[in-house]
Amino acid sequence: MTQPMLTLQDVGKTYLVGTLNEVRALDRISLTLAAGDFVTVIGSNGAGKSTLLNAIAGLVVPDAGRIVLDDQDITTAPVHRRATLIGRIAQDPTDSTCASMSIAENLAMAASRGRPRGLRRAVTITRAADFAARLTTVGLGLEQRLHTRIGTLSGGQRQAVALLMAAIAGPHLLLLDEHLANLDPRTAGVVMTLTGQLVAGSGLTTLMVTHNMAQAITWGNRLVMMHAGRIIYEASGTEKAALTVEALVSRFHTASGADLVDDRVLLAS
Amino acid sequence: MLEQGALAGFLGLGVLISFRFFRFPDLTAEGSYPLGGAVTAALLVAGVDPILSTLAAVAAGVLAGIATALIHTKLRINNIVAGIIAMTALYTVNLRVMGRANISLLSVRTLYDQATDLLGVSAQGETAVTIVLTFLLLVGAAAALAWFLHTDLGLAVRATGENQAMIRSLGVDTDRTKLIGLGLSNGAIALSGALVAQDHGFADIGMGIGILVSGAAAVMIGEALFGDGSIERWVVATIVGALVYHFLVAFALRVGLAPVDLKLITAILLLVALALPRWRAKPA
Repeated sequence: MTQPMLTLQDVGKTYLVGTLNEVRALDRISLTLAAGDFVTVIGSNGAGKSTLLNAIAGLVVPDAGRIVLDDQDITTAPVHRRATLIGRIAQDPTDSTCASMSIAENLAMAASRGRPRGLRRAVTITRAADFAARLTTVGLGLEQRLHTRIGTLSGGQRQAVALLMAAIAGPHLLLLDEHLANLDPRTAGVVMTLTGQLVAGSGLTTLMVTHNMAQAITWGNRLVMMHAGRIIYEASGTEKAALTVEALVSRFHTASGADLVDDRVLLAS
Repeated sequence: MLEQGALAGFLGLGVLISFRFFRFPDLTAEGSYPLGGAVTAALLVAGVDPILSTLAAVAAGVLAGIATALIHTKLRINNIVAGIIAMTALYTVNLRVMGRANISLLSVRTLYDQATDLLGVSAQGETAVTIVLTFLLLVGAAAALAWFLHTDLGLAVRATGENQAMIRSLGVDTDRTKLIGLGLSNGAIALSGALVAQDHGFADIGMGIGILVSGAAAVMIGEALFGDGSIERWVVATIVGALVYHFLVAFALRVGLAPVDLKLITAILLLVALALPRWRAKPA
């Protein structure tokens, strides 16, 4: 294995400690991603998938363990400090973009990621041309609507812009937290294809949480299954390629000893 | 009337930043507006140059905004409460700066006197000079604000109010952008107070009472007339809103309403400005 890009070492997070509702969201989890890895993460509701991503993004501070990204210990670094290294897209399209600002302005904010923001005009002619070229690759005709407010776009179009925003400043890690979950199946397909192209094109190390088992099998080179804050199954290479949805579901039953009581998972298969 | 509207334009621009972009009514305005008047008046009486006195007032306003931002971000106190705390503290600061409840500027040379002398205009022409100078400053401030809101930093300030989690994930320290936004906002508001004091010929401890509402009225009347749109539109709408507001107030006084009725009139104007867009948007 090449130099690790991301290392999680015994990372733990417990919510509501000492109460009846104590939840162990992450149970001393360890995971290592090599540069260029595209890992899909599946699991039932409450398995800790989102907490895992949020801990890496800095939205949740772990109460145990270490997170090292690109040789920097980021376990407790504030969100804006680690942002230079991480691109992230959330489930809700309204989370990853600013509705009242134009497509170009949103891309400009993302293009300045990790750079000092001064008093230079944000959307210059050069930048606008660059944005238009990037939007053309998406194939949704958005390059014609550079100065349209993001709020007027559909959820799929917004996620497509969010995807470009996540990648535009060359992050070292891309975090996708069920970024297709709020889209209709056809749009989700389009945005997923786009995601695949983007990740493949830039060799971006990616961690994608999904509730769609078929997608988790199709995309990426590694698959991780979580339950109750732990990784209960991992597959990569030929083993992953040979997986089926049925095989994954039965894997889940044997490994977790629980039912996969998530309608979305079953329906999506 | 035109003069009062233009003077309130700075106030409108300041409130536009906090009320529209940061989405909270920043009560610091009630303290930073008289602070602008107090600092200018105290310095003018002490013999300081009018331009320097006015600039010092702006700087004091910026500091007041920064204080509110620090209370909010570092001590994690709700933004409205932070504004109330700053407003309360500023009341004492303003009294200390002036040394008494009001200062007359009739015997000192103000920015407007200086401009009138410089142009060699007679005393009768001072009103015209005041209007022209105020409008020139206002256009300059509006253009500077519009330009700023289109820069990398300006976009980050706008996004801070709209989607804080998103702009933080893009590497922006939102504590800092709040500091910048509230600093600019209260700087503009203090400038409004400084110019009003020089125009009216006095600074008064009570000049800031209800000022946030008149600033918000300018923003909302502008929005009701122009709708929301580009940054340029917001800025122009706010200035027109300030002019319309003062026109309506003057009109109300002319048709026989007493000055004591003004706050009620303002409240009704605000209500109309807020209700109008909704009422218009209702399907037939």
